[in-house]
Amino acid sequence: MAKILKTKEICTNIWEFIIEAPLIASKAQAGQFLILRLHERGERIPLTLADWDPEAGTVTLVVQAVGKSTREMVERFGEGDEIRDVVGPLGLPSEIKRYGTVVCVGGGVGIAPIYPIARALKAAGNGVVTIAGARRRDLLFWLDKLDAVSDELIVTTDDGSFGRKGLVTEPLRELLEAGRVDKIWAIGPAVMMKFCSLTASEFDVPIVVSLNPIMIDGTGMCGVCRVEVAGETKFACVDGPEFEGDKVNWDLFLARLAMYRDLEEKALEAYRATTEERL
Amino acid sequence: MTIVPRKTPMREQPPAERIRNFHEVPLGYTPEEAVQEAKRCLQCKRAPCIQGCPVNIKIPQFIRRIAEGDFRGAIRKIKEDNYLPAICGRVCPQEIQCEAVCTLGKKFEPVAIGRLERFAADWEYEAGVEIPPPGKPTGFRVAVVGSGPAGLTCAAELRRYGHEVTIFEALHEPGGVLVYGIPEFRLPKCIVTQEVENVRRLGVEIRLNVVVGRTVTVDELFADGFHAVFVGSGAGLPRFLEIPGESLVGVYSANEFLTRVNLMRAYLFPEYDTPIKVGRRVAVVGGGNVAMDAARTALRLGAEEVMVLYRRTEAEMPARAEEVHHAKEEGVEFHFLVNPVRFLGEDGVLRGVECVRMELGEPDASGRRRPIPIEGSNFTMEVDTAIIAIGNSPHPLIPRTTPGLEVSRQGTIVADDLGVTSREGVFAGGDIVTGAATVILAMGAGKRAAYAIDRYLREKYGRKGAG
Ligand SMILES: Cc1cc2nc3c(=O)[nH]c(=O)nc-3n(C[C@H](O)[C@H](O)[C@H](O)COP(=O)(O)OP(=O)(O)OC[C@H]3O[C@@H](n4cnc5c(N)ncnc54)[C@H](O)[C@@H]3O)c2cc1C
Ligand SMILES: Cc1cc2nc3c(=O)[nH]c(=O)nc-3n(C[C@H](O)[C@H](O)[C@H](O)COP(=O)(O)OP(=O)(O)OC[C@H]3O[C@@H](n4cnc5c(N)ncnc54)[C@H](O)[C@@H]3O)c2cc1C
Ligand code: SF4
Ligand code: SF4
Ligand code: FES
Repeated sequence: MAKILKTKEICTNIWEFIIEAPLIASKAQAGQFLILRLHERGERIPLTLADWDPEAGTVTLVVQAVGKSTREMVERFGEGDEIRDVVGPLGLPSEIKRYGTVVCVGGGVGIAPIYPIARALKAAGNGVVTIAGARRRDLLFWLDKLDAVSDELIVTTDDGSFGRKGLVTEPLRELLEAGRVDKIWAIGPAVMMKFCSLTASEFDVPIVVSLNPIMIDGTGMCGVCRVEVAGETKFACVDGPEFEGDKVNWDLFLARLAMYRDLEEKALEAYRATTEERL
Repeated sequence: MTIVPRKTPMREQPPAERIRNFHEVPLGYTPEEAVQEAKRCLQCKRAPCIQGCPVNIKIPQFIRRIAEGDFRGAIRKIKEDNYLPAICGRVCPQEIQCEAVCTLGKKFEPVAIGRLERFAADWEYEAGVEIPPPGKPTGFRVAVVGSGPAGLTCAAELRRYGHEVTIFEALHEPGGVLVYGIPEFRLPKCIVTQEVENVRRLGVEIRLNVVVGRTVTVDELFADGFHAVFVGSGAGLPRFLEIPGESLVGVYSANEFLTRVNLMRAYLFPEYDTPIKVGRRVAVVGGGNVAMDAARTALRLGAEEVMVLYRRTEAEMPARAEEVHHAKEEGVEFHFLVNPVRFLGEDGVLRGVECVRMELGEPDASGRRRPIPIEGSNFTMEVDTAIIAIGNSPHPLIPRTTPGLEVSRQGTIVADDLGVTSREGVFAGGDIVTGAATVILAMGAGKRAAYAIDRYLREKYGRKGAG
């Protein structure tokens, strides 16, 4: 059981949760995640450790309500409620060392997981340029936090409602063209990570992406999270979630992410029906 | 005395009915049937059956008590040597263990030892389980990693010696393969829950959702004041065929398929949140218990045709005989001497499997004849789901995060018969040491390790204990 200490909608449809998880908080490192199960009938959902406080024994999660489980989490779980199961930290930590200048790209809800990585890279003595992108102004969050750990923060929106108009790959390309970049981290929607990787390859700059395939146990036991990297099968939950972006088989990754789309919709419908009953 | 040549039959759900539900298939003996079967036992003086059982249950003695109608006496006798009889009676490969060497079996069918064991255990659940008192407190604290049969047995036994025990389990439910692997229709989850409850009632603390190696390391357990650690983390890493197309949508590892259904109750979706997909034509690759469980589960989820592809012949199949028999009755098709070489897909989704025919050559290291592909015999089968059930490897997390723990080339922890490893204070047993094996062997290992841990603690800290 893990108690929820605080919840807050930090932008449209994206929520911040602070939960009590002292063991995880004492061990957490940038790049790792946890798995939680809301209740007895719940599925196991992986969420990145977006922040943590070992002294207070808490971790911060940032959740985008996309389907049944994440919707239920933001709609039905509030301060003082308990989450039935929480396990972590899982996955390998990011390889933090002094690279020189690192560009950290966070897209959409990926802004949250990029934050602790940028912070750790900065603390390790790197120059950090962060690019945060979203479709619209109301989907941006944590810009102040990112700003505090970056030497430079570039914000983009698809519709130009805030910051630069356009995709995150555009400022990324400019930085690469200027020849200032030693390493890139990119976290966000699969398509964004794919195009960041293609861009990075053009300039031969190494790029790390954090893959978010479907997972169950998160301990290497089921193999559902397998991804193909450099022609080899890897389990994202134990060999990742971070991989070299230019070596990922993105088509396969995208196909596997959509594996359960029809049943996910069915679950959401069934959930909506129970919500209507309640009203 | 007249000899009854055949086992007393056990009632079962008829095949046509049971493939539409997840309830247990064999329904158990009534007391009358059990007494009748128990009377078949010859009460042999040298009782070879005892040697056939990996934990040496005093078989004629418990059977005699059943024959006399003393069911409480029977279960007490069994529990002197086996903590989990309700489970072993159901899942032990009796035909190669206790029943294989039964004297009666030389000419007739052997005594149904497994069924009688199950009967006694089920009877006890109805009548009320006796929990033996724990040993006099020693003040020693032992950490047990993993709550599979090895961990549960080791923990229970350590309590008998009077040690304090905490089990650390990575998943949200205790039981190991018993809950995530073996399906409800073969081992009802309520039985595992009860067995786990009994271990708790002995005073064992079970901490779920702790991944040793990540949440805490073995070194940190010692630093936290544990005097010894038992590792029973199993062989949970699914093996793949390593052929093209294995990551197509529709190709499952048996672990994923069974975990979704058993641990996450996907057969009750959308009442439970975890989904599962099973197509019309399903190919299951492998010939062990895992393959049988996957095939029979696929049928129950509504597949029209389920085919088991095995690269050797029926004679070499490692699955329990009863499961193969049940699978056949239920309509699972068996294709022997066949091996997949490639999965075929369209837009990332499985459409078929290309196979090659095999023939048997010389015996290999395991003594089984090695299958050899017949060149040019390739053919394709149309399938929309494939389940890979070719075995599991030991999990590397604990070896990797525990300095000084010797590991074999296969990734198993090196330990002697008592579970003693290369690292002082660390003991190991079950599948993590042997590679994927059986429930009863894992239990036996857990029990012997508890003995070794007790001896180690008393030798190291003196007879009086830690307190
Ligand atoms: C290592 C890891 C870290 C993650 N970190 C975060 C995080 O910090 N914050 C967060 O909000 N989410 C994160 N995710 C994704 C999150 O786990 C999923 O969004 C969640 O499980 C969806 O559950 P659901 O039942 O609400 O939606 P579902 O009904 O399962 O899916 C609804 C829709 O979302 C899509 N979807 C499903 N799973 C994913 C996924 N893994 N990634 C992207 N889209 C998906 C589906 O295709 C579908 O269209 C992470 C995933 C992984 C593997
Ligand atoms: C589908 C299937 C069917 C089978 N059928 C039969 C059968 O009919 N008869 C038979 O005798 N045998 C059968 N077996 C084999 C049998 O189940 C195993 O040999 C037995 O369960 C091994 O027991 P164990 O305690 O060593 O490991 P497991 O049962 O694997 O338990 C290990 C436990 O440790 C936990 N764990 C792993 N790593 C960590 C960690 N780092 N931290 C914390 N916890 C951890 C796991 O989550 C798991 O709960 C079957 C196996 C499978 C998969
Ligand atoms: S534990 Fe297994 S091998 Fe031993 S008597 Fe029981 S069924 Fe036979
Ligand atoms: S060998 Fe068979 S007949 Fe003899 S005692 Fe054992 S169970 Fe009974
Ligand atoms: S989530 Fe099961 S192996 Fe990675």
